[in-house]
Amino acid sequence: MRAYYDEEFDEDMAVPAVHFENVGVRYGMGPEVLRDLTFSIEPNSFQFLTGPSGAGKTTLLRLILLSVKPTRGLISLFGEDVSKISKNELTGLRRRMGVVFQDFRLLDHLTTYENVALPLRVQGKEEASYRAEVVELLRWVGLGDRMHMLPPVLSGGEKQRAAIARALIVRPDLLLADEPTGNVDPSLARRLLRLFIELNRLGTSVVIATHDFSLMDQLNVRRLVLGDGRLHIDE
Amino acid sequence: MNAPQPRLRKAAAQKPQGGEKRKLPASLSRNAPLVPVDSAGGQALAAVIAILTFLAALCAGGAELISASSAQWRSEIAREVTIQIRPNPQRSIDDDVARAVALARQAPGVEEAQPFTKEESERLLEPWLGTGLDFNDLPVPRLIVIKLKEDERPDFAPLKQSLQKEVPGATLDDHALWVSRLSTMANTIIATGVFLVTLVLIAAGLAVIFATRGAMAGNKEVVEVLHFVGANDDFIAKEFQRRFFRLGLRGSAIGAGGALVLIIVLGLITRSWRASPAGDQIEALFGAFSISWTGYLVVILIALLVALITGIVSRLTVRRFLNGNG
Repeated sequence: MRAYYDEEFDEDMAVPAVHFENVGVRYGMGPEVLRDLTFSIEPNSFQFLTGPSGAGKTTLLRLILLSVKPTRGLISLFGEDVSKISKNELTGLRRRMGVVFQDFRLLDHLTTYENVALPLRVQGKEEASYRAEVVELLRWVGLGDRMHMLPPVLSGGEKQRAAIARALIVRPDLLLADEPTGNVDPSLARRLLRLFIELNRLGTSVVIATHDFSLMDQLNVRRLVLGDGRLHIDE
Repeated sequence: MNAPQPRLRKAAAQKPQGGEKRKLPASLSRNAPLVPVDSAGGQALAAVIAILTFLAALCAGGAELISASSAQWRSEIAREVTIQIRPNPQRSIDDDVARAVALARQAPGVEEAQPFTKEESERLLEPWLGTGLDFNDLPVPRLIVIKLKEDERPDFAPLKQSLQKEVPGATLDDHALWVSRLSTMANTIIATGVFLVTLVLIAAGLAVIFATRGAMAGNKEVVEVLHFVGANDDFIAKEFQRRFFRLGLRGSAIGAGGALVLIIVLGLITRSWRASPAGDQIEALFGAFSISWTGYLVVILIALLVALITGIVSRLTVRRFLNGNG
């Protein structure tokens, strides 16, 4: 009985957070920008996604976020085939993911605090239940004294940290970060990386898209390398 | 955040920011709307809604005024019945009048039967024939005005039969034709008012559809971010509904308030004109130029209805837009 339980538990744990099978994407009638992508992102794993500019890193992240549809192939997220899911299921999947955009995508009419609290607010949670956590995270990313400011008055680095905090606040099962350290100094970049590692230790799968080799060299983890529309995996 | 945090808290504690922790205020959120529609487009929509509500409120107020006035005319006319006695050379018209008055006073539901004297009857013709004429050669009919008791609509068939038998040449007019015509006219005006209010509400709905689609296009990035952070279509649609409802309420309150102020001011002006011929004419047509409490209630209801339509239409438009855009 115990053995059966363990087997079932292991099987459940083995469901990859993301699985791509021969996925290809083309825009309009143009050539395929990504082709024959077959890979998995395991639960509780950490990887960098790298490649030259224009290689399709952002498109790959958008495929995982389901904001771009593949022209062929199969994508499954947390064991669910995304071609068959309803809009409500799509929302449910997105709530398990945190995303840091390269261009931050902060809402300019909301304060830094409100931006970071946004994922919790859209889930209908009461402010009293998350206020302390949001403030704590803002202090950790160095925005404790910027929480009442609107994004247009923040520097690039501050916006980036706010975007990271917004992605982390729900402690997602999967974190997708597009160049998350592109606008911060090396010391803060190290601190942010430490935060991603800590999050990974708590059970989150992390994918960091970057072409910053100094950042990648700090961690000996799997690298997904995109080039000429194809994916190469350095284990 | 769920239970995750001990280690993150520990990590955070390694490098605290800003020294000693202060007690947090009750709320750090301004409860700011997630979709900003208070742009120039939003202000223009509020202005359009204010104008449309103003027109709808005036239509409704006007219809209510006419309806109330016509009800007053109808009740006054319906309370009066006239007996007309045409002169007959073989009979004494004064005797006929006295007989008809006696018969009328015996009829049930009659409060008062007042005959017009010969002079009074002749005076009725003055507006058409002029003054200073000798009416002796003209067969001027005599009138008896019968006032009915309040809320009584007796059957006049027995009185008609008695008049036919005892006063030949007498006819009884219960004004049914006039009442029916007034009724038709008042109902037509009310129906036109309702039709115009409906048209204005449809126009308000269409304006909201265009404004919502514009707001959706202008806030495409906001909507995309909301989707990425886990908002579903219903949540986004509710946010738009909330914003547009407030916008609609502001616009409709201004419009309805303007219409009520105009009606009150017109009422005061006509009251101050009351002694003049123009004022008398207006009062004859519309009664006192003021609407009843029902009228005020209808105007307020229209304002609320416009705000509700604004919110609901914006929500449906957003749902449709999001479904159409995957």
